[in-house]
Amino acid sequence: MADQARFAEEAMEFMPSLYSGALRMTRNPADAEDLVQETYLKAYRAFGSYEEGTNLKAWLFRILTNTFINSYRAKQRRPGETDLEDVEDLYMYHRLGGLEAAMAGRSAEDELLERFTDDEVKQALEDLPEQFRVAVLLADVEGFSYKEIAEILDIPIGTVMSRLHRGRKGLERRLFGFAEAQNLLPKGPEPSPDPSDETERVHG
Amino acid sequence: MADCDDVLREVYTYLDGETDGELRVRIERHLDGCHDCLEIYDFQAELRQIVARKCHDPVPDTLRQRVLDCIEGEPGS
Repeated sequence: MADQARFAEEAMEFMPSLYSGALRMTRNPADAEDLVQETYLKAYRAFGSYEEGTNLKAWLFRILTNTFINSYRAKQRRPGETDLEDVEDLYMYHRLGGLEAAMAGRSAEDELLERFTDDEVKQALEDLPEQFRVAVLLADVEGFSYKEIAEILDIPIGTVMSRLHRGRKGLERRLFGFAEAQNLLPKGPEPSPDPSDETERVHG
Repeated sequence: MADCDDVLREVYTYLDGETDGELRVRIERHLDGCHDCLEIYDFQAELRQIVARKCHDPVPDTLRQRVLDCIEGEPGS
């Protein structure tokens, strides 16, 4: 049983994480601020039920995500964004040459990744459909474990893993698009030409 | 010895620190000897780091104050 008088002292330090998370969820600063305020108010009122010594950050994120899902989600959904089917097939993605494949063998691959701006990485994350976006945010930005994410979102661990898997592939693909648009990618193999041309080139 | 398909299937869980002891050892052993898998692993590790690092936003001062005011306005505070 936690003491309400100590709420601010204990919970305020998580505001940077909660605010950044709220921004990724709502995708606009005004809603993000309202969401964070509502989260803190709910957390304050419920602080008596928070068990001292358990993960306070995870407890706050549970309130944040629930509040987002219940109050903000309806007006957030963009048309046609409920699906990520086209990135589901890992092997097909590799075969088509994802970001990873495009950068394979580069000695300075990490430099290329470093060239993405904060805004591009945020954008890539925000472009993911909500359920994938939230999973990737909780795991990759906030560093929660599968078990913590399962508890925050109230879903099975297997679902956490599959959302992460697909969400990360989607993110990678979005970044690949940014890199391609800016000509940051190394010249890969030319698109497969007509076989007859190939023959001509080889023998010509 | 795990083969490449096994390792690639587990690369996320491995990076997430969520693979159990025995599998973890097998993956590490494989990565030690397989350049292609190591490259994919490195890429995924690096990608994860930029996502972790580049998605933070400064909290507006007004928000901090708004939240504190809001809590102080609550009965019992």
